[in-house]
Amino acid sequence: MTDQNDLPTSFDPARRKTLSCLAGWTGAAVVWSVVGGVPSAIAAGGSGGNSAAARAFTFAQISDTHIGFHKEANPDIVGGFRRAAADINALALRPALVVHTGDVTHLSKPEEFGQAKELLQEIRVDRVHTVPGEHDALDDGLAGYLKNFDHDGRKQPWYSFDQGGVHFIGLSNVLNFKLGTMTSLGDEQIAWLKNDLARVSHSTPVVVLAHIPLWTVYAQWGWGTADADQALALLRPYGSVTVLNGHIHQVLQKVEGNIALHTAMSLAYPLPTPGQEGIGEPGPVKVPAGDLGKLLGTRQLTVVRGKHELALVDTPIDHA
Amino acid sequence: MKNFPLLAGACALFALALPLHATETKSIQIQKFAFAPREITVAPGTTVAWTNRDETPHTISAPDQHFVSKAMDTDDQVEYTFTTEGDFTYFCTLHPFMTGIVHVRK
Repeated sequence: MTDQNDLPTSFDPARRKTLSCLAGWTGAAVVWSVVGGVPSAIAAGGSGGNSAAARAFTFAQISDTHIGFHKEANPDIVGGFRRAAADINALALRPALVVHTGDVTHLSKPEEFGQAKELLQEIRVDRVHTVPGEHDALDDGLAGYLKNFDHDGRKQPWYSFDQGGVHFIGLSNVLNFKLGTMTSLGDEQIAWLKNDLARVSHSTPVVVLAHIPLWTVYAQWGWGTADADQALALLRPYGSVTVLNGHIHQVLQKVEGNIALHTAMSLAYPLPTPGQEGIGEPGPVKVPAGDLGKLLGTRQLTVVRGKHELALVDTPIDHA
Repeated sequence: MKNFPLLAGACALFALALPLHATETKSIQIQKFAFAPREITVAPGTTVAWTNRDETPHTISAPDQHFVSKAMDTDDQVEYTFTTEGDFTYFCTLHPFMTGIVHVRK
């Protein structure tokens, strides 16, 4: 039951059955916890009232909202977003902040950024931190994105901040696409990361946000970051590193020593599993209307003081 | 004085119209994250028109990105006129695994 392969990543009928079972579970607040590098289910139906939870710092992740998308794969992006916002607003343990791992908009249009900002305000948290996706960098690079989401006034898409004893780092890996290869962070950003980490003690939990996975999920579709190893090498000395990615619209994870990398569900439309047979390209997957809400969702992450592991709960917007 | 801009405009239109009559347009469809056809051979002066049939935006870019088209949404089109002979590889800057080539031959 704790097999990570049972996470909602697939669209074939056999897996869908597993998925609907899991949807029930996650709705009942199964907590996925990473202990010693192996994710496992540790609690169910908790109201967040126990003493560990009371001391915990919790935040939510959303991803790939693609505001402005209005095609067959999901004709009601805004409705889905509002259900996700309601789920986050209803969490027993109030999240300190929300992180958005990119593709805030679908086509980088000013009106899409405007609508996204308004929708994000419907989530009742103090701060929403974003990183850009490639859909936020169309036509004029990140100018439009930074006009709306310049988190520290430096006019750079990468930044860091500290909250709840955690060092958060937002990275951008959506500008350096080169023919035939995967994207990259680039030397300037990696130099900045090295500088940034120089003042962070190795015992500080680190959470890294980046849109495209910082590990190679599937190179044929560009699902990876060519120079991610350079960034991960800088993070390796830290006792607790959680990398949160989006882009691939499904939950996958990889653990390398103290570094746990997780991709997230989208709030817009599903994408195929890596190299999924019979599909052949990473475009929106059209599923029966009743299935869509099981494939879109949010994530809650909890840092429990005195523990290395972060607890993760992935909740589809359709749940019991 | 009043007529001058109009005249200039008319001349410009005429000048533009000449090469248009002399050129041919070739269509390339972008479908399922691929260019179809992926490889074409055209005469100098040919205009190539790419149309995006996917629900995902795509671009047309030179390898060194000195030319990058606007992002095409579904059914948007981008044109480029190839004037000189050569082999022109291009790719989508959002999905760099999508590549195509235009051979321009007399």
